[in-house]
Amino acid sequence: MRLLPGGFGKALGSGMAEANLGNLIVQSPRPVSLSLSPAKFRWPVTAMASIAHRITGVALFAALAWLLYLLDLALDSPAGFERAQALLQAPAAKLLLIGLLGLLAYHLLAGVRHLLLDLHIGDGLPAANWAAWLVFALTGLAVIALGVWLW
Amino acid sequence: MVTQVTSLSRSGLADFLVQRASAVLLLLYAACVLGWFLVSEEISHAALKAWFGSAPMRLFSILAVLATAMHSWVGMWTVGTDYLRPHYFGRWATACRLVYQLGVLLILFIYVAWGVSLFWFL
Repeated sequence: MRLLPGGFGKALGSGMAEANLGNLIVQSPRPVSLSLSPAKFRWPVTAMASIAHRITGVALFAALAWLLYLLDLALDSPAGFERAQALLQAPAAKLLLIGLLGLLAYHLLAGVRHLLLDLHIGDGLPAANWAAWLVFALTGLAVIALGVWLW
Repeated sequence: MVTQVTSLSRSGLADFLVQRASAVLLLLYAACVLGWFLVSEEISHAALKAWFGSAPMRLFSILAVLATAMHSWVGMWTVGTDYLRPHYFGRWATACRLVYQLGVLLILFIYVAWGVSLFWFL
């Protein structure tokens, strides 16, 4: 790490870590490892697949309470089963159920992709991109099928 | 080897394997339940109870509840350590993360107690 007079650091261009200490610029010759500004960063499809896997996982963790409640109700008694059916008659509830099962379908399909990557199947760049698109496409088909089946 | 006091298993390799093993079990369970709903001609309380209440399905369901808890724990722990850190939360990061982790554990405890008792006494 070198200590340079103020202003000199700017001339060295971006990609270098710098911090202002009083009237001195502390210039580190080490490049910043991930200098990502939202304006410059583009999401590759594999990154979308990865963050979607994470978001669907957290959502399913929260949704489990409702799904467990419905199953508990349906298994409890014939009256409970009818109550669960009545709850799912509301369009909002039906939409929510289809949506949650869609999230589950995505999480499972992306999980299979992840397990295959662990076995070094499809971990080259072209195959990884292709598989990420495939997971999104299959999820789309699953949501359509769920919609037709459950609506 | 790096041990992590807050990761329960205290080993990243163990967490990795737990995540994969529970994932495979949950994939099989999901396929099994979906298959039943697809082939069942009539879905009623009696049919649902007869199927979920059979000995193999009760065992499979309880295993799935336990696998869900372990799988969610590793996933939620990873999310917490990725985002609840000093870079975003400054000096309160560790406190935030501990509260978050205790909250996740409490919810998972409720899920396990609820799910296991549901299938055990079916």
